[in-house]
Amino acid sequence: MNSIKLWFRKGDPWVWLNGGAVAISVVMVVGLLLLVAFRGLSHFWPHTIIEGTYHEADGSTYTLIGEVADEEWVAASRVRGTGVAIPEDVKVVQRMLIKTGNRDVTGLDFRWLVADKLTDVSTPEDLMMVERREWGNFYGYLTAMKENGQVVATGAEALPALDARLERALDLADAIHDIENKDIGAINYQVERLRLKERRLELEGGLTDAARMELDAERAALDAEYQTLKADLDQLNVEISRDSLVATTMSGVEKEIPLKLVVQYKQPNKMSLFDKIGDYFHQLWLFLSDDPREANTEGGVFPAIFGTVLMVILMSVIVTPFGVIAAVYLREYAKQGPLTRTIRVAVNNLAGVPSIVYGVFGLGFFVYFLGGSLDALFYPEAAPSPVFGTPGLMWASITLALLTLPVVIVATEEGLTRIPKSLREGSLALGATKFETITKVILPMSSPAMMTGLILAIARAAGEVAPLMLVGVVKLAPSLPLDGNFPYLHLERKFMHLGFHIYDVGFQSPNVEAARPLVYATAALLVLVIVILNLTAIMIRNRLREKYRSLEN
Amino acid sequence: MTAAETPRPKVGQKVVDMDFVPHKLEEEDVCLEVKNFRLYYGDKRALHDINMKIPKKRVTAFIGPSGCGKSTLLRCFNRMNDLVDICRTEGEILFDGNDIFHRTVDVTDLRRRVGMVFQKPNPFPKTIYENVAYGLRIQGINKKRILDERVEWALKGAALWDEVKDRLQDNALGMSGGQQQRLVIARTIAVEPEVLLLDEPCSALDPISTLKVEELINELKDRYTIVIVTHNMQQAARVSDYTAFMYLGDLIEYKDTDTLFTNPEQKQTEDYITGRYG
Repeated sequence: MNSIKLWFRKGDPWVWLNGGAVAISVVMVVGLLLLVAFRGLSHFWPHTIIEGTYHEADGSTYTLIGEVADEEWVAASRVRGTGVAIPEDVKVVQRMLIKTGNRDVTGLDFRWLVADKLTDVSTPEDLMMVERREWGNFYGYLTAMKENGQVVATGAEALPALDARLERALDLADAIHDIENKDIGAINYQVERLRLKERRLELEGGLTDAARMELDAERAALDAEYQTLKADLDQLNVEISRDSLVATTMSGVEKEIPLKLVVQYKQPNKMSLFDKIGDYFHQLWLFLSDDPREANTEGGVFPAIFGTVLMVILMSVIVTPFGVIAAVYLREYAKQGPLTRTIRVAVNNLAGVPSIVYGVFGLGFFVYFLGGSLDALFYPEAAPSPVFGTPGLMWASITLALLTLPVVIVATEEGLTRIPKSLREGSLALGATKFETITKVILPMSSPAMMTGLILAIARAAGEVAPLMLVGVVKLAPSLPLDGNFPYLHLERKFMHLGFHIYDVGFQSPNVEAARPLVYATAALLVLVIVILNLTAIMIRNRLREKYRSLEN
Repeated sequence: MTAAETPRPKVGQKVVDMDFVPHKLEEEDVCLEVKNFRLYYGDKRALHDINMKIPKKRVTAFIGPSGCGKSTLLRCFNRMNDLVDICRTEGEILFDGNDIFHRTVDVTDLRRRVGMVFQKPNPFPKTIYENVAYGLRIQGINKKRILDERVEWALKGAALWDEVKDRLQDNALGMSGGQQQRLVIARTIAVEPEVLLLDEPCSALDPISTLKVEELINELKDRYTIVIVTHNMQQAARVSDYTAFMYLGDLIEYKDTDTLFTNPEQKQTEDYITGRYG
C-alpha cells in the first residue's frame, strides 16, 4: 500500500500516462502516413496480369484476364445472397477484385469474383496491358499491326513493329500537344487581347478607322500564322492516325486500337525485377509530370502540384508582410492596455474560425466586391465576362493569407517579446530612433520567429480545401496560371489543387475502383508537398537561428 | 566644523547643497548639472531633489546599495528613462547649459552625445565590424573608407584592436564577455560622444576582464566625461576622481574620491564603505 502511495507521489503514473499518450499519437500518425504511402505508391508497381477460367453460378464458364486489384475475406452468407452456391459448412470466402479493363468492350472494368471459382490461373508472358487515352486500360493478346488499315505484321513480328510505331506515334502526339497548347494557345491569347483592345477603344470612343485597320492587320497576321499551324496540325493528325494495333480480348473479340490513343503498353509478366523497378519509377514520374485524363481518374497530377505550390508561395508572400507589420504595431507601438488585449484575443480567436467561413467571406468580399469593382474600373472591355470578378488564384491566395494571418501575428509577437531589452537599449543608446532599432536589430533577430509563423501558416494553408472550392480551385483548369504569355503569371486564372483533387477523384469520380489508388497516391503526394514546403522553411529558419543564436542564452 | 559635529541627515531629508560639490567648479568645467531633480515611478518617488555638478573629462562614480537610484539617475543623463512609461521627472538636468528634458531637444542626438554602456554586454548579433559601424551607419555614414577608419580608431580606443583585427567579420557573440564589453565601449565611442555613462560595466565580468575595462576607463578619461555606476567600492576608489554616495533616492555625499573613502562626512557613507550594510 505504502509503495503504491509512494509511486503515485513520485509522479510516475503521470509520466507513464504522458509517455503512453505520446507513443499512441506517434504510432497513429506514422501508421496513417505508412498506410497512405503504401497504398498510394504500390499503385504504380507493374501488377501481374493473370488469366484463368471463371465458373459462374449458373455453371457457365468464361476466360478471365486482368490484374488482381484487391482481395478480401467476407462472410459466406453475403456471397450466397448474390446467387453463388457456397457449401453450408463454409463460413467465410475469399473474394478478389479483378481489374479487367476493356471498358469499351464489356462496359465495366472491375469485378468482384469469388476466388474459389477461378481455376486454371496462369500468367502468360504475352499478355499485354495497353494504357489508352480513352476507355481506360486494355488487356489482351497482341495479334497484328496495321498501317492504313492493312496488316503489316502478325504474330512474333507484331511486337517489334508495335515498339517502333508507338515511338513514332508518341512523338507525333507530343508535337500535336505542343502545337495545340503552346502555339495555338498563344495565338488564341493574342486574338483575345486584340478583341479586348478593340472593345476598349470602342468604349473610349477611340476606335478610329486607322486603329481598326491596325487591329485588322494584326488579326490577319495572327490568322495567317494560325492557318499554317492548322495545316501542320492537320498533317500531323493524318500521320498519327496511320497505325493501329489489333488485339484479342479475354472473350476472344478482336479489337483494333489506333496508336494515337495509346499512351503506353507493357507486358508485366515478362518483366524482370529490374524492369519492374525501372517501370515503377517511370510510372511515378508520369504521375508527377503529366496532365490528368479521363475526368482526373487517370494520368498525372502535375497541374494540381503546380497550383498547390504556387498558391502557397503567393499566400506566404502576402501573409508575411501583413502579419509582421501587424505584430510589430501591436507589440512595439500600440499602447498596451485593454484595447490591445482585446485585439490580441480577437486575433487568437480568428485562428479558430472554421475555414469555410473564410471561403464565404473571400467569395463575397474579395471575389464579388473587390473583383467586381476591379473589373468595372479596369476591365470594362471584358464585360460581361469577369476578369477578377470570378474565383481565381489571387483571391484564393489572399483568402488563405487571411486565414493564416493570426498564426503569423501570434508567432511574430512571440518572437518580438523574446528580444532582450538590453539590445533595444543598446541600439537606442547609440542614437538610433525606435524605427531604426526595429528595422536594424529587432526584426532581423525575430526573423526565426516569423519563419515559425510562416511554417505553421504553410502547414495550414496547403492542406486547406473547403475555402478554396469557393474562391478559385476547379476540377480541371484548362491552363496553368504560369505560362509563356505576357504577363506570365495569370493571377485571375482558376487553378487545380491537390487537396481538392483528392476530394474530386475520390468522391466525384464515376469510376470509384480506378480512382481509389489515385486518392491514396494524391494524399501521399499532398503530405509530401507540405513536408517539402515546411522543410524548406525550417531550413531557412535554422539558418537564421544560427545567425542570431544569442536569444538562446 | 568637523564631521562629528555635523548632524546626521535623516533619510529623505534634503542633504545636498553646494558644499557637496567637490571643487568650486568653474562654469566651463561643468559637463552635467543636476538641479532639484526628482523622479517618480507612478506615484512612488525614486529620486529626491538631487543637486550635483559632474565635471568635464573626469571620472565620477556613483556608489550605493541596490535600489538607491544610482542607475536611475545615470539613465536620466541620456533619457533612457523615457522608455519606462510610468516614469515622470521634475527639475532639470543641464548638459552644456541646456536642459535635456526641454521639448526642443532631439533625444537621438542627445543619446549620441551621451553614450551608454550597460551592465551586461549587449553586442548586436552581427559581425564585430558591423557592431562598431552600427552607430555610424545610423548617422548615415556608409562610405567604406570612412567606416573602416572609424571602426579601427574606435577599436583601438577601446584597446580591442589587436585582439580582433584579424577577425572583424566574425560574429561578435563569439567573443568573451570582457571582449564583448570592450566592443560595446568601442561601439559607443565610435560615434564620438562627449559623455560615457557606464552602468555597472564590470558586474558580469571576470577579474581579468574587469582589470582591462578599468585600464580602459583610465585611458578614456582624458577625452570623455565618464560617469560610472558600480557596486564595487574598490573599483570606484581605483578608477574615479569623484564619488557620489546615494542612499534610498538621496544623494548623501559627493566628494573627491580620496576624501570620501578616507574621511566620509556622513554616518551612512561611513557605514556603507566600511561594509556595515549594502
